[in-house]
Amino acid sequence: MKFGQPSTLPRWAQLSVLPVLNLLAALLVTGFVTWLIGEDPWECLQLLVSGAFGSGEGIGYTLFYTTGFIFTGLAVATAFHAGLFNIGGEGQAYLAGLGVTLVVLAFDHTLPPLVLVPLCILAAMGFGAAWAFIPGWLQAKRGSHIVVTTIMFNFIAYSLMLYLISHHLIEAGSQNPTTREFGQAAWIPALHQLAAGVGIALPNTPLNLTFIMALLACVLFYLLVWHSRWGFQLRTVGVNESAARYAGINVSKTIMLAMCISGALSGFAAINELLGSTHRMNVSFTNGVGFVGIAVALMGRNHPVGIILSALLFGGLTQGGLELSFEKPVITREMIIFIQGLIILFCGALENLFEPFIAGLFKRKEDK
Amino acid sequence: MTDFAIELAGISKRFGAVQANRDVTMHIAKGSIHGIIGENGAGKSTLMSILYGYYQADGGSIRVNGQEVRIRNSQEAIRLGIGMVHQHFMLVDTFTVLENIVLGAEGGLLLKQGMEQARAHLLQLNRDYSLEVDPDALVGELGVGLQQRVEILKALYRGADVLILDEPTAVLTPQEADHLFCILRALREQGKTVILITHKLREVMDITDAVTVMRAGTVVGNVRTAEVDKEKLADLMVGRKVSLKVDKAERLPGAAVLEVRDLNLTDARGVKLLDGLNFQVRAGEIVGIAGVSGNGQSELLEVLAGMVEPSSGEVRYHDQDLLLEKSSQPRAALYRQKGIAHVPEDRSREGLVKSFPMFENAILGYHNDKTISRRGLFSRQALLARTRDFIRQFDIRPDNAQLRVGLLSGGNQQKVVLAREIHANPDLLLIGQPTRGVDIGAIEFIHRRLVELRDAGKAILLVSVELEEILALSDRILVMAGGQISGEVAAKEADTLSLGLLMGGHKQ
Repeated sequence: MKFGQPSTLPRWAQLSVLPVLNLLAALLVTGFVTWLIGEDPWECLQLLVSGAFGSGEGIGYTLFYTTGFIFTGLAVATAFHAGLFNIGGEGQAYLAGLGVTLVVLAFDHTLPPLVLVPLCILAAMGFGAAWAFIPGWLQAKRGSHIVVTTIMFNFIAYSLMLYLISHHLIEAGSQNPTTREFGQAAWIPALHQLAAGVGIALPNTPLNLTFIMALLACVLFYLLVWHSRWGFQLRTVGVNESAARYAGINVSKTIMLAMCISGALSGFAAINELLGSTHRMNVSFTNGVGFVGIAVALMGRNHPVGIILSALLFGGLTQGGLELSFEKPVITREMIIFIQGLIILFCGALENLFEPFIAGLFKRKEDK
Repeated sequence: MTDFAIELAGISKRFGAVQANRDVTMHIAKGSIHGIIGENGAGKSTLMSILYGYYQADGGSIRVNGQEVRIRNSQEAIRLGIGMVHQHFMLVDTFTVLENIVLGAEGGLLLKQGMEQARAHLLQLNRDYSLEVDPDALVGELGVGLQQRVEILKALYRGADVLILDEPTAVLTPQEADHLFCILRALREQGKTVILITHKLREVMDITDAVTVMRAGTVVGNVRTAEVDKEKLADLMVGRKVSLKVDKAERLPGAAVLEVRDLNLTDARGVKLLDGLNFQVRAGEIVGIAGVSGNGQSELLEVLAGMVEPSSGEVRYHDQDLLLEKSSQPRAALYRQKGIAHVPEDRSREGLVKSFPMFENAILGYHNDKTISRRGLFSRQALLARTRDFIRQFDIRPDNAQLRVGLLSGGNQQKVVLAREIHANPDLLLIGQPTRGVDIGAIEFIHRRLVELRDAGKAILLVSVELEEILALSDRILVMAGGQISGEVAAKEADTLSLGLLMGGHKQ
């Protein structure tokens, strides 16, 4: 007999009421801190929202950031469905950037865009997957905990990239730790350029075709995880490894493959940034995209729809936050990271903070 | 008028949507052994948890020795003289018996003084009830039967006058169970009150003075044991007529489907879990493996199902040694493909993924089946159709293929596993504890299905700790003790006594 378990919330409430409450709680604390440093919280909130969604340009930038977050969110979610907590999205995106850069620097003056760009994408996926495979292999075959190894691999990736960029890939004669600008053949067209081609005027933003790929990836992710044989094995391994062994599923193979797919998805964040926007690689191009992916996946409950919505939230926060810090010098970039941190805290770590309270409300309603 | 040790009146308890106890009233006479019997989920354990202070009742009252009391936690229950022996022992393996008993009642700042008093008290209790427990033995080195006696001692040491035992015989051999009953009788003679929670009818008939029968959270009968028989109790428990016998015609078995030769399994510490096993299972026969749990039966099933590699030996299936087969897929998948189906002992940990809907559990292990997917994607229609077939053929309730399996009752979960494994039309069915945690109605159904399979010429290897089940279903019975087969008995000649001796490790 299994009693004593608190009655769980209906699914719709779990998926809507809780995240909204968590978000409000995070905003409330933020508002309090804003008030403490002498700013008007309400005005700041308005600036934040209008900065992210108030103009065509704002929306473009928001969606550009959203693109990267969708990919890293999906990456975390893939691993999560296999019961793995992949903290290494940042390092995987970083290494993917190396793959992209090596291909571009070698071929951007010889290959046409239609060959070069797919090649870059393959390189990004391959390098990202390889960087995730090693912790996956260590977990599957040697039992090294994936959380520890992926965190370590982030540091290794960072040091490695710093060394490579500042010693080998740096543009000759440059003082900045960046590569030379990529040739045009490696640029992924921005959406405003494509729209201009069919006569629609969109504001000039870095939002590019990678965004469409992100949406496609969400559809594929959904089919893969919930409707494919492999996804079935993945989820079985994730929730019940004993049942997976019973069912004749190759657990370690599933774990390693899940990590490779996760790493490959993280790699797209590098594509979005390098080929879609900056067109060169610098040391800090990932800028936390892999870490935000963890929050996106947690808040989006590892479901593509949720991931799109939470990626949009974090995209808006990034863009709106930048606008806000232009307007209000007191609100620095660190403050924006602080807000993101609060949201991650409330939506991730304290996910079920309000659960008993809401469950109580539901129970009382039911009893009446 | 009789003196009552415990009187429960109108006890109700609800967990969310589940009414675990509804208006339960019972009187337990002082100095008696009182059985509480009911199927799994009938509310027995909840009721006792309320009496022991783990849960608070939503309504109703409790009287102990005629005094109305509120029991808010187990300390209060202990103070009122109520002791409990849990189904899963609450002992520290690395402590001695004495240390375990003193634990939580050390008395005083320094351990030594309390220990000396405790030892004297313990030896006294030991003598009074002929418990035969060595106070200085390490608990981890004691057998299950002795550990249970340590639990009883612990309760008595804390001054229990009322002792609650939750399914105490689940882990015991018949001989150990008999010894336990002797102890319980001795307790009764000394004026203690014993409450015995069980779902085994035989125990109730053997030892209790009065029985309360529970069904679906309510009391459906309070009877004196002398005035009822097994059939009457079973009817009360289930609420309808049940047959405890399995109808089974004589049948001549065919060729050997499975043959195990000199099978050994040694764990990392060098302990022999399986020790030189040799046996056959032929087409059209049920071979039952009896034994106290933990004597290698689980490991045997896992080896035969391909989940564990044996250390040495042969597993011949249709005259081919399975262990020599090379394959890129895991053994469990290969064996299944060859027609070995497996209903695992622990269905909730291995046989099912509880958070998955029924239609996904219906294909667990058979997910590579070509007929249910197209180009790598499952056909939802095919999955649902297959599941609906299972629901119809096995009368699974509720009949909702989309329902999470964890929400089904134990019996219905088992039906899902069984339906899935039988659907594959195996030549050999490995089945462990087919009716553990399954209600009587479903037991009857599952037993019938197994006999049907046997009559259809399938080979069945049945592992169960329920002797009655082994006796009812098997054509031949093998007894396992300490990783070895301690004896083989034809089902017709088997009885509880001889099997019990073999289970205790006495070789034939």
